[in-house]
Amino acid sequence: MKRNLLAVLAAATLAAPAFAQVATLTGAGATFPFPVYSKWFDEYHKVKPDLQINYQSIGSGGGIRQLTEKTVDFGASDGPMTDEQIQKAGGAVLHLPTVLGADVPAFNVEGVSELKLDGPTLAGIFLGTIAKWNDPALVKLNPGAKLPDAAITVVHRSDGSGTTYCFTDYLSKVSKEWATKVGKGTSVNWPVGLGGKGNEGVMGLVKQNPNSIGYVELIYAMQNGVPYAAVKNKAGKFLKASVEGVTAAAAGVKMPKDYRVSITDASGPKAYPISTFTWLLVYPKNPDAKGEQIKAFLRWMLKDGQRMAPALGYAPLPAVVKAKVAKTVETIQ
Amino acid sequence: MNDAAYARRKRVNALMLGLTAVCAALSAGVLFAILGYIAWKGASSLSLSFLTNLPKPVGESGGGIANSIVGSAKVVGLAGLMGIPVGVLAGVYLTEYGKGSRFAFLVRYAADVMNGVPSIVIGLFAYALVVMPLKRFSALSGSVALALIMIPIVLRNTEEFLRLVPGTIREAALALGIPRWKVVLFVILPTAGRGIMTGALLALSRVAGETAPLVFTAFGNRFWNQGWLNPIATLPLTLYNDAISPYEDWHRQAWAAALILMMFVLAINLTARLWLRPSAPAH
Amino acid sequence: MSAAAAPARTSPVERGGIPVAGPRERAGDRLFRLTVTGFAGVILLAAFALAWQLTRGSLQTWKAFGFSFLTRTVWDPVSNDFGALPFLYGTVVSSLIALLIAVPLGVGSAVFLAELAPRRVSDAVSFAVELLAAVPSVILGLMGIFVLVPAVRACEPFLSKWLGFLPLFRGAPYGIGLLSAGLILALMILPYITSIAREVLLTVPRPLKEGMYALGATRWEMVRSVSLPYARSGIVGAAFLALGRALGETMAVTMVIGNTPQISASLFNPAYSMASVIANELAEAAGDKHLSALIAIGLVLFGVTIVVNGAARLLIYKTEGRK
Repeated sequence: MKRNLLAVLAAATLAAPAFAQVATLTGAGATFPFPVYSKWFDEYHKVKPDLQINYQSIGSGGGIRQLTEKTVDFGASDGPMTDEQIQKAGGAVLHLPTVLGADVPAFNVEGVSELKLDGPTLAGIFLGTIAKWNDPALVKLNPGAKLPDAAITVVHRSDGSGTTYCFTDYLSKVSKEWATKVGKGTSVNWPVGLGGKGNEGVMGLVKQNPNSIGYVELIYAMQNGVPYAAVKNKAGKFLKASVEGVTAAAAGVKMPKDYRVSITDASGPKAYPISTFTWLLVYPKNPDAKGEQIKAFLRWMLKDGQRMAPALGYAPLPAVVKAKVAKTVETIQ
Repeated sequence: MNDAAYARRKRVNALMLGLTAVCAALSAGVLFAILGYIAWKGASSLSLSFLTNLPKPVGESGGGIANSIVGSAKVVGLAGLMGIPVGVLAGVYLTEYGKGSRFAFLVRYAADVMNGVPSIVIGLFAYALVVMPLKRFSALSGSVALALIMIPIVLRNTEEFLRLVPGTIREAALALGIPRWKVVLFVILPTAGRGIMTGALLALSRVAGETAPLVFTAFGNRFWNQGWLNPIATLPLTLYNDAISPYEDWHRQAWAAALILMMFVLAINLTARLWLRPSAPAH
Repeated sequence: MSAAAAPARTSPVERGGIPVAGPRERAGDRLFRLTVTGFAGVILLAAFALAWQLTRGSLQTWKAFGFSFLTRTVWDPVSNDFGALPFLYGTVVSSLIALLIAVPLGVGSAVFLAELAPRRVSDAVSFAVELLAAVPSVILGLMGIFVLVPAVRACEPFLSKWLGFLPLFRGAPYGIGLLSAGLILALMILPYITSIAREVLLTVPRPLKEGMYALGATRWEMVRSVSLPYARSGIVGAAFLALGRALGETMAVTMVIGNTPQISASLFNPAYSMASVIANELAEAAGDKHLSALIAIGLVLFGVTIVVNGAARLLIYKTEGRK
């Protein structure tokens, strides 16, 4: 009886139709751009049916590691690779910016629908030095709001992520105390707060715990209708995150040759301060025809792909950056 | 006989047995609550096209999980083919040949320890074993990871039930002059068969829902799966990715996938029950 | 093995305490014995290979911290300062809670299913309970967030009101925390205990049971003095199988435990388990030191499992010796 079951199973799987061998590229990395990347790869498959690009979001660090191990053809990361990591990967990895994203401080305080925050207060909240909603610093920024005399429940990410990297990068820039006590990274030693797994986890905790605040990617806040705070940028304007604000942040930054740049706390009146690039990681030299395939996709991405981004909540690259990236793409072999 | 004492004993009896009924009702009740919740959340997104389509990009409706369903069946099936024989035969070793030997003690111990290893660590192990040498993610590596998870469960279970086979049966068969290996395969195993199969199926059902070990092995695939040495889509992975995405549409798909997964698992369990019933020894 | 010396013997060769027919082992038997031994050996090999991989991957951490890694409480990936104690605490406590809830519940259900319920009901209900084992961890985790955690959050104020004299039940009602993790683990291990206990209880020999009835015992007394003791080693085995599952459970726990590496007496507070931190940070592990620390935690978990199973072995050995 057991043998029959096994025999049937074996037959069924071996008899599975053998599909015509299409060319495949595999990529792995950041979860943040997964929706837009999957849209791009699906659309590109329609343009080029004989190529399948399979991208899985296993995390930026995972993407970097798999690229180094050469188990995937390209990687994707929200945080640039460190020099050490590039060395391990053979000394040369191209960072190609694709889209932009933003972190927003989502909150849940009864009776409060709009909130203004600036860098130092945000850092204070996440450090635990600002512990109550009616702390003088918060009241000063929000004179009209009815802030309760209640403890702030801080929510952060428990899993390592580019979202955390972007947020802590910003906090490190605006608060010396944060930079020395905690620092920036995909995982950090949070002084206070509950840890939620993934953007979903943080959203869930913020929604369910009264008087809480957490940081999530813009798309999650937009899609879930959770109120999020306006943050004061370097130019002194309070801005709520938006696609335009993020693109403005990228435009205002001097782009280095290897594109590894942080755009948090960017200058410019319209720039949203907690923004980040996300990159595709590609080797300059690739085996077989993979280089050509990747190049062809990237050219398509810079033209048609970019147009699809805003509808999904991602900011496209500013024109100045696009032109530079196009040149770099041509150097891929 | 003291009437009062007897009455007390009867009361204690009723109370304790009543409590056990409550326990059973609670346990079964929880399951129905869970199934009901999944059905409630997932049923609205179920449709034939959902089952036969490939995933669609964001913003387009009509995406499906066809590749995940086939992928799960493949990976779990292969894992069972690898894991069940190893578990059962090792269990045979432990009960028939290994009594008291130090090697058997170590094997049993090793199996128990493997059982406690988080599935993600087993996934990493399979990554080092299969993915790195082959330099690619594959269905094969996913199956290896799942088989490694299954083996201790099947082993423990097989051992437990082989041990319950009365020694008299074994001795009677041997006394008839039947070779040892035939005694084991055709007399002892069938007698314990029901318990062993239940355990094997619990193990299969369990690994069918595993996500963590498949992240670094089977990897996932948005297109049709090709063969055994390529990345492959599986239900739990697709489910998880959809559930943690920002889109309401994908959330609904996640719950529908969860419903499909539960039905998949229900099917395995039901089949086992129906098939094994005729051969069940009378209690 | 001494089989090579077999032809010279005149007395039957013994394997596992049972004499093999005749003065020599038959070829078929020998092949079979070697095959099954080989399969058993594969498991041992796999366990050793895993242990070796874990040790190799975590060497950096042991070199940096030595054994104090096990007693330090800091976890800082940015400054590469790591310690495993909070995670040990979270894993052990949540698993203990799970056992405390699931063993009585499971054994109670098993008694009902094996002794009281008519056969059809027993089959149907035990089928339902077994299905619980098949609910994927990820789904239970999601339900944990949407259903369990709000329920726990609602109950926590009452618990702290009535049982607040114990430090276990004090603190802010976040909902997520050790209590929720323990509850969800209990849910996951319940089917193992129930189904195995039920199967084992069903094998209690009828003469033994009828003997008790003949002595005038009530049903409960029979269960208590005959069935349960007879099934004890099986039940203990089931409990340890379940514990093994609880120790390594990842996804569901990660979603409800709060993921905060701290040690506190209260069950209401968030905590962190070993499997959870590995699941959370592995994919993004920034540097080699971070990765090594995570693998070290994996090795510690491996070690805990070894110790727990050692204790189980001793217990079963003692109860078996008494039979």
